[in-house]
Amino acid sequence: MNPLAEVIADMPDDATRGTLSDPAGWLDAHGDSLYRFALQRVRDPATAEDLVQETLLAAWHAKSKFAGKSAERTWLIAILKNKLIDHLRRSRREAPLPDADIADEVVDSMFAEHNGHWVRTPAAWSRPDDALEQAEFWKIFQACLEALPARHAQAFNLSEIDGLTTDELCKVLEAQPSNVWVMLHRARLRLRECLELRWFGLASENR
Amino acid sequence: MLSCKEVSLLLSRSRDQRLTWRERLGVRLHLLYCEGCRRLEKQLRFLHAAVRRFVASAGPAADARLSEDARRRIRDALPRD
Ligand SMILES: [Zn+2]
Repeated sequence: MNPLAEVIADMPDDATRGTLSDPAGWLDAHGDSLYRFALQRVRDPATAEDLVQETLLAAWHAKSKFAGKSAERTWLIAILKNKLIDHLRRSRREAPLPDADIADEVVDSMFAEHNGHWVRTPAAWSRPDDALEQAEFWKIFQACLEALPARHAQAFNLSEIDGLTTDELCKVLEAQPSNVWVMLHRARLRLRECLELRWFGLASENR
Repeated sequence: MLSCKEVSLLLSRSRDQRLTWRERLGVRLHLLYCEGCRRLEKQLRFLHAAVRRFVASAGPAADARLSEDARRRIRDALPRD
């Protein structure tokens, strides 16, 4: 059974009266998708639920701007994304992550001081696509992600997973574009090195 | 000539924003003779694919659903036609 049919089958009669263009209908049709989208980004179920509610209320107030039913979920997700950005910004203010150090020794030490060349040339990774099929790889991947400094990790996730633009990242992180790019650079190079040391380096003949 | 450090920053930035033609040219020239940075470029693409897959499958919310309680609470807070 498709998820929508399942939801409708679960519902008491009076709730099925709504059409897909009112908030209760949106909740039935898209609530789980919106919830999952939010939960993947905030990790906290209660916050994710609040975000779904805020999204549906905002959608209700903005519904005159919505035309065309086919992209209803896309439209709701776009609103949710804005709510998420607001939320991430608020929570950053309340519990600020430590500022990214001006200097990141880990990344700085990857390059020679006098000419900026790689100190250790990145290895050729053998069969990276095979790694994606191995449970052991994902454990290491997760450990490497968790080893990133919190602020780098946040920038990285927002860029790579959520596809936030540089402008949006600047808003959430309240940083200048150049700082955002430096954070992302550090996150990616640290993650790259971690995977090389703990996974790819072991299988590679280049080391 | 750009250093590996500069090129690695540009390669990373190019994942988020289109580089200027001058930056692209500098990067391309550097990649012609630098194997390390060529590998980095590929690996950055891999990281992107890997992290998306990680979230889709191993993420905490891959099959999460709104609880009945939450659903009721949200429904009660919504305006009715
Ligand atoms: Zn190089």
